Amino acid sequence: MNFVLIFLIVIFSSSLFFYGKSKTKSISIERNIKLNALPKFYGYYLVLWSSIPALVFLLVWSLFEPIIIKSIIIETAANQGAIFNDKNEANLIYEKIKAIHLGTYFGDIDTILKESAISYSKFLNIFTNSKIVLIFVTIIASVIFSLKKIKNNNKAREDVEKILKGLLFVSSLIAILTTLGIIFSLLFESIKFFSVINIFDYLFGTNWSPQRAFVSDASAITTAEYEELKDAFGFVPLIAGTSFIAFIAMFVAVPIGLFSGIYMAEYASFKIRRISKPIIEILAGIPTVVYGFFAALTVGPFFRQIGESIGLTVSSESALAAGLIMGIMIIPYISSLSDDVINSVPQSLRDGSYAVGATKSETIKQVVIPAALPGIIGSVLLAVSRAIGETMIVVMAAGLAANLTINPLESTTTITTQIVMILVGDQEFDSPKTQSAFALGLTLFVATLILNYIAQRAVKKYREKYD
Amino acid sequence: MTKEQRLKKRHAAEKRFRLYGLTSILVALVFVLILVNNIFSKGSSAFMKTVINVEVFFDSELIDIENGAPEENIREADFYDITIETLLKAYPAKNLDEENELIDLFTTDAEIEIKKAFLENNNLIGKKINLEITASDDIDQLHKGNYPRNLPEDRRRISNFQLKIYDNLLQNNKINKNFNNYFFNNGDSRDPELAGIGGALVGSFYSIIICLLLAFPVAVLASIYLEEFAPKNKITDFIEININNLAAVPSIVYGLLALQILLATIQLPRSTPLVAGITLALMTLPRIIIPCRASLKAVPPSIREGALAVGASKFQSVFHHVVPLSLPGTLSGTIIGLAQALGETAPLILIGMVAFVVDIPSTPIDPSSSLPVQVYLWSESAERGFVEKTSATIMMLLSFLIFMNFIAVYLRQKFEKRWN
Repeated sequence: MNFVLIFLIVIFSSSLFFYGKSKTKSISIERNIKLNALPKFYGYYLVLWSSIPALVFLLVWSLFEPIIIKSIIIETAANQGAIFNDKNEANLIYEKIKAIHLGTYFGDIDTILKESAISYSKFLNIFTNSKIVLIFVTIIASVIFSLKKIKNNNKAREDVEKILKGLLFVSSLIAILTTLGIIFSLLFESIKFFSVINIFDYLFGTNWSPQRAFVSDASAITTAEYEELKDAFGFVPLIAGTSFIAFIAMFVAVPIGLFSGIYMAEYASFKIRRISKPIIEILAGIPTVVYGFFAALTVGPFFRQIGESIGLTVSSESALAAGLIMGIMIIPYISSLSDDVINSVPQSLRDGSYAVGATKSETIKQVVIPAALPGIIGSVLLAVSRAIGETMIVVMAAGLAANLTINPLESTTTITTQIVMILVGDQEFDSPKTQSAFALGLTLFVATLILNYIAQRAVKKYREKYD
Repeated sequence: MTKEQRLKKRHAAEKRFRLYGLTSILVALVFVLILVNNIFSKGSSAFMKTVINVEVFFDSELIDIENGAPEENIREADFYDITIETLLKAYPAKNLDEENELIDLFTTDAEIEIKKAFLENNNLIGKKINLEITASDDIDQLHKGNYPRNLPEDRRRISNFQLKIYDNLLQNNKINKNFNNYFFNNGDSRDPELAGIGGALVGSFYSIIICLLLAFPVAVLASIYLEEFAPKNKITDFIEININNLAAVPSIVYGLLALQILLATIQLPRSTPLVAGITLALMTLPRIIIPCRASLKAVPPSIREGALAVGASKFQSVFHHVVPLSLPGTLSGTIIGLAQALGETAPLILIGMVAFVVDIPSTPIDPSSSLPVQVYLWSESAERGFVEKTSATIMMLLSFLIFMNFIAVYLRQKFEKRWN
């Protein structure tokens, strides 16, 4: 339905282009006046005016129509005597009514449902009809308005450019809308979660096992129930596991990445650089699910075998395997950023060091690296934020059970793994378990935001120093 | 320590330092090799499937159809009896257990394959033909050499009797390897020999197209605004900071966003390429805006000034001169952004694309999977046959990514102007 409407609007308004063009031409001949813009701009003017208001109207309408119809239907069903205790049951009844309307419902249909289904199709009809009428009115109104402007020989090019500039501005606002969307969707559920679980119990609890968290009635939780719930949502093991795996990853990635960056920037000939740089960057382009597969099916079992042969018990989902592979994934982020940073250290610093007789490596260690340090720290922080936000490697290769440990051979879990585990499959709405995933997401979002902010500040300050 | 000794020591340190650098580059390169080699050696066998040659006799009594019967009748006809009859003829089985074990050598879709052969040829009633029936996953893996046959029987999925049949068939040249059409044409399946990436390919295709249609125009328009028109003020700064931050937000957070806004609030259908495309577009948008702005910035101001000098408006100078010149960089940035989106898994898992979908989606609002999610799903399966399927899917995914990156590099090298 909507697609047909969009199609018709687009066809109609693009045909107005030719009308506008020829109309203004004839106006200029008739009245013997000089037009204020090329005829095609009058065409564009008509196209924009006839399509944008209608399309915006259609978009807004389609966003709100289902919500409004739903609330009306649920209310009428309640008035007719349908009984539902909470939002879930209301949703269920609404879905049933919709299915009856579509003819895909095969369960028992009582009179209330039947009546509601009839009123549902009635409302749907009313809404669709009024939508079409209102769109028609919008188009007519905007076309009349723009035709009047054209007949008065407006400065069409400037007007068209104003409208387009508005369009450009709106496009750039989508980034802000996305951020707002992220913040609201995370906060919305997190606030619900923290209204059940005290935020301090969440932040400092040492036990994470959301599977155990069953609540019969979320609005009235007894003290005994709360004690148990509190025990299911303790954040400490997750942050410990996440930082532990990120630490192992950094332990691998920082030396390898930094040394390759130094070698690329200071030693490598043009030829070696041209070949090896893209190959290392392949590592950044490989989807993380591929690393996860490799870690889970090859590296994990391999470590386990080695462990067995020297008499160690290694979990096949060890933190070591996940961290190692994550570290390899991160190498290119560190190497290319530190390569850039080292390259932008002024040559005069190096020349000064050579002049007093230092070897190349001494120059690098004592002059170049200290000069580039803020930038390097920035790139490492960016890599850390990537490591804690990385999902697929840990979902596939790290463990699922929260486990406070510092033994890299044991399995441990991370924030992202738990988000995936909680939200995969069927979710119960409005249960603290589902909401806890959003609380974890919020924590993750805030943590990466802070890391990125510091890192970007560090890199920027460093750049300014030598520019 | 003499002067010479100290110098020697310093030179040795120099050499060591250099060696560290070279070693770390080599470590990274070796890892790329190991990874690619591991995937290819595991996955390349999935493009072939094992087939067993059997003789089918289309006995009119068993299928109850006359020659020249209308096609609807054939479609409805029951081919179960003839299938069992055919499969049992492959090797003499003495009792019911042995018969079951024999039938287990073949795919569960043997009946469909026989029916298909019957439909493709005319007038087969009363005739004998040789047909290649797909083998079951266990035989497939055994034939490809991925299955250890020297384990004790109770730890094997293949019984001694089945091994005997296999050896017998092998001796009589009844077992062959064919191109695995199922891998490309089928959707997901619980049986590895029937599972394919057809559904995932279509799902990924729809998602990426939707992502492109949404992200590309918005990203280009936004970067034109920010680079060419935006006044230097607080709002512009705020938008810029926002875009930089969004590019670094972990992808799973976009999954949570989609779950809350697209699925729970707007109530778009779950598990569909439509939702996946919108989610990926939101995620890719900042990642495309950054290279787009860089390529607009690379166009020298003299171009703009030249256009303005001959009387073009600001808009005309931008859209007629600057934007076309920045197009190669813009396009290659977009393609690289899309390649990242193609490999993205975590947000798609959250919007329910992990559902088990057998049918190949025909529209973007049908439930579907996608290539990386298929990798995740199969890697969790226990059957041995899925390991090679997963690796082969990764091979397909990687070749798409390489292809896209290649186009991006080509566009940039071929069409981008150097300004100095």
